[in-house]
Amino acid sequence: MNRIDARFEQLRRTHRRALIPYVTAGYPGPDATVPVLHAAVEAGADLLEVGMPFSDVMADGPVIQEACARALEQGTGLDQVLAMVAEFRRRDADTPIILMGYANPIERRGVARFCEEAAAAGVDGLLIVDCPADEAADMRAELARRDLHQIFLVAPTTTDARLKRAAELAGGFLYYVTIKGVTGAANLDTASLAPAIERIRAAAGVPIAVGFGIRTPEHAAAAAESADAVVIGSALVERLGRADSAAAAVETARDYLAPIRQAMDNTASSQNDVVSA
Amino acid sequence: MAEAAEKTAIPTQLPDAGGHFGVFGGRFVSETLMAALEELEAAWRKYIADETFMARLDSDLEHFVGRPSPLYFAENLTRKMSGAKIVLKREDLNHTGAHKVNNTVGQALLAQAMGKQRVIAETGAGQHGVATATVAARLGMKCVVYMGSEDVKRQSVNVFRMKLLGAEVVSVEAGSKTLKDALNEAMRDWVTNVDDTFYVLGTVAGPHPYPAMVRDFNAVVGREARRQMLDEYGKLPEALVACVGGGSNAIGLFHPFIDDTDVAMFGVEAAGRGLSGHEHAASLCAGRIGVLHGSRTYLLDDDAGQIIDTHSVSAGLDYPGVGPEHAWLKDSGRAQYVGIDDEEALAAFHELTRSEGIMPALESAHAIAYGMKLAAERDPDEIVLVNLSGRGDKDINTVAELEGMTL
Repeated sequence: MNRIDARFEQLRRTHRRALIPYVTAGYPGPDATVPVLHAAVEAGADLLEVGMPFSDVMADGPVIQEACARALEQGTGLDQVLAMVAEFRRRDADTPIILMGYANPIERRGVARFCEEAAAAGVDGLLIVDCPADEAADMRAELARRDLHQIFLVAPTTTDARLKRAAELAGGFLYYVTIKGVTGAANLDTASLAPAIERIRAAAGVPIAVGFGIRTPEHAAAAAESADAVVIGSALVERLGRADSAAAAVETARDYLAPIRQAMDNTASSQNDVVSA
Repeated sequence: MAEAAEKTAIPTQLPDAGGHFGVFGGRFVSETLMAALEELEAAWRKYIADETFMARLDSDLEHFVGRPSPLYFAENLTRKMSGAKIVLKREDLNHTGAHKVNNTVGQALLAQAMGKQRVIAETGAGQHGVATATVAARLGMKCVVYMGSEDVKRQSVNVFRMKLLGAEVVSVEAGSKTLKDALNEAMRDWVTNVDDTFYVLGTVAGPHPYPAMVRDFNAVVGREARRQMLDEYGKLPEALVACVGGGSNAIGLFHPFIDDTDVAMFGVEAAGRGLSGHEHAASLCAGRIGVLHGSRTYLLDDDAGQIIDTHSVSAGLDYPGVGPEHAWLKDSGRAQYVGIDDEEALAAFHELTRSEGIMPALESAHAIAYGMKLAAERDPDEIVLVNLSGRGDKDINTVAELEGMTL
């Protein structure tokens, strides 16, 4: 069973909402990434998103642009990202890892070869920001052959027809982008979240993660009231960028994520189980 | 006016319903943009079939842009090359000085019809930014133009023109600080302000429907040229020549001639400091197939798939991708793509200025340079039609600086 499915099954049984931190691989330095991922798990992360640096991150805001640029300057390409995942797996066999990035570096490597290498390294899913379901047929086949999930985005602007298609093709979970904008752009509008999640839940049988604009324990707790998982990206990456060593980055991740975990658990413990089977 | 402006008719065999030209094109964007692209495509399809809308477009092209633009026989240049006749399509005579306004007039009318109050654009040389700011001023729309900070420096005249027209010019500091980064930033603005904002993309690149829509708005160039050739010379030209950055002026000229298989087509890319190194912007001559800015096309990247910094003396050609229809025309063999380097383009800039009294944009000077080469190889009874896509006023500071002069 794919680790993502196993993890959501376990979360459902324990009435726990997933915390999914995102880190850009190789940022603030190549030696920080694996220790930060372990620290995130220790602080309560249930799944991990690892960003593959790209030169033209069209859907990302200034924080992740800067992180990608600095990671690339320090030589973090696909080989290094996969090596980091393999190294992480030596100490953690269970926490699912989703690689997040853009299509061109994967196309250059070759989709089949990349999927093979990702599976071998211990990756569980791919979220290719600029490869929507419409263009994803080749990649989906290669991923399916290796029991890897392709994670699709749903936006506030996603039409019913597109939502239906995403629901049909979804593996692992659907990622609901809470705001109109790029990553890190604005704060979560908690009022509009619940109806949006309900709409997706009515169409899709997979768990629903929410991301973009979640920066505080309060945001995370509010999101955890309706969603199955909460993604924290730019706000964490921004803090990691201020760390001047791998050790400092580890401490930053732990200090930032622990209160978020706690706030989510306080919310979840007072709720009924709404996680989809 | 001796002849009426060409009535806009829309030829569309490709792309397919998903925006693909063969394996190229498509819609490689984040889900956050998909609804906006679908809304845009629906509006474009609706209004190009709407007689009232199209009559307004044709009227604007005639009275605001100044179409049709004439053909001009470059007799002195032809004599020097002692080969085929060199004929220029004078897009430099359009309002705002380049072909770019054909597209911005169309897109701005579309924005207005869709009820969008704010337009945004990316720009390299500044011509598209000026053309967008111009139509925004006329239609009373708020206008924001994204421009790489390198380009802001080398195109200060156009920056000032945009500001005079009431546009806000945002200098983009990310990446290589040129056109590709301006495009990224414009996309980010659009995804954030999608409810009230129309993105006036300036070339035939980007996600569907932009490559097809921008082509259709620029194809007036080729339709006019085809009819003018038949009227004035009694035949079609043997060859078409146009410069290619993203490729909008070239597609505009080429597209109405695609079925005229006796007419050869040459797209001229910026070879910068030479195609053997990395300091050029020739994605069709020296690039590979990949995904950039929403479509699958030829592009310039390194072995890790990271987009690389390009170089050209001309800001408008300084772009690491190219429109997907050009990629298709290349692979299908219907068009050929060649490179002209900085020095050749500069020499052609001076040559046309001195021999014909016409100062070309540095972008267009690439086409002139190749047109001269091609004419020299061809018989005197043949005609080489070169798209003079823009005028060179905006480039005089660049030329002066390259030649060690201070203005």
